[in-house]
Amino acid sequence: MLRLDCLRSVYPELENCLVVTIMGAVAAELQSLGHRPNFFYLQHAMGLASSTGLALALCLPEQTVIVFDGDGSLLMNLGSLSTMARYRPGKLIHIVFDNESLLSVGGFPTATSTGTDLEGIARASGIPRMTTVRSVEGFKAAVSEAMQSNELTTIIAKVEAKGPAAYVTDLTLLENRFQFRRHIQSLKR
Amino acid sequence: MPVSVTNSKLIYDALKECDIRLVSALPETWLVHLIRSADDDPDMILVRLAKEEEGIGISAGAHFAGVKSAMLMQNHGFLASINGIVSFAHLYKIPLLMLISYRGSLGERDPWQTQGGHVTEPVLRTLRIPYFFLDTLDTVKKRIRQAQTLAESSLQPVALLLTRDLMWEE
Repeated sequence: MLRLDCLRSVYPELENCLVVTIMGAVAAELQSLGHRPNFFYLQHAMGLASSTGLALALCLPEQTVIVFDGDGSLLMNLGSLSTMARYRPGKLIHIVFDNESLLSVGGFPTATSTGTDLEGIARASGIPRMTTVRSVEGFKAAVSEAMQSNELTTIIAKVEAKGPAAYVTDLTLLENRFQFRRHIQSLKR
Repeated sequence: MPVSVTNSKLIYDALKECDIRLVSALPETWLVHLIRSADDDPDMILVRLAKEEEGIGISAGAHFAGVKSAMLMQNHGFLASINGIVSFAHLYKIPLLMLISYRGSLGERDPWQTQGGHVTEPVLRTLRIPYFFLDTLDTVKKRIRQAQTLAESSLQPVALLLTRDLMWEE
């Protein structure tokens, strides 16, 4: 299963959500499908995409918030699972693309390649709904069910360690950040 | 416990006057009354963290949502947050109002706090984070308001160091 195919399968559903991604392949691939003002790409600070999504979900409880996380980033901030579980906003969907690799720096294996089970960690952290998916159909169904469940969900998507040809896009970080905030403020009017 | 209830309340009220609606926190002795105030306040979103660096993402998300936030942390929590400050708050110009209990400074009895006390201000300066002291009752409200104003206008982190003189009664 390729991450890009997963992203493509849910891309239409992202239109009315607030989306936060981690850096690297996820950000570049989502942009390759078409940037939207409701997408924010955290191009560093590994681990904090889920924290950002949590605050968005707590401050804007009517909004569906989707975080596209990765195994490397989540392993840097496992405490975030316990913090998300503590407050469990119902419209927060935490998607972890697990390619068992720190891909953008050359594909070094992460601990999920040697047995660390992120779904198990999510469960033991108190996340109320979680699943692991291995097919694009399964991924699309899991996201759809999470959207309907109104319960904090972590989806572990096992994907191949393949990324885009290039990671840097022409969208500058600050442009993205200001556009994202302005978009959210426009929702309130 | 001789943490000042009165002065903690003064700080909390000053945060409320700045329209702070979200507080992230990781408990430490000097912060207990502030955290309890946030917990007892139905209009405040309190996010209890596992590690202080999460608070950078929390405050960023709140900022995107149009909600003013503050972070309650010990200086060792500030030290644990440095990559988040540099790679998120500075990189993306995120305002942060950081209330940092300044342990390990003059009068500190706990040996384990002292090394962090030595490096707190040098690290703040190296990171070019404007910082000011909360040390006397008559300046608390004004400094909190001014720090919040500066964080919002400059879109960058601003730190307030909570001192023993203000927080501790002995």
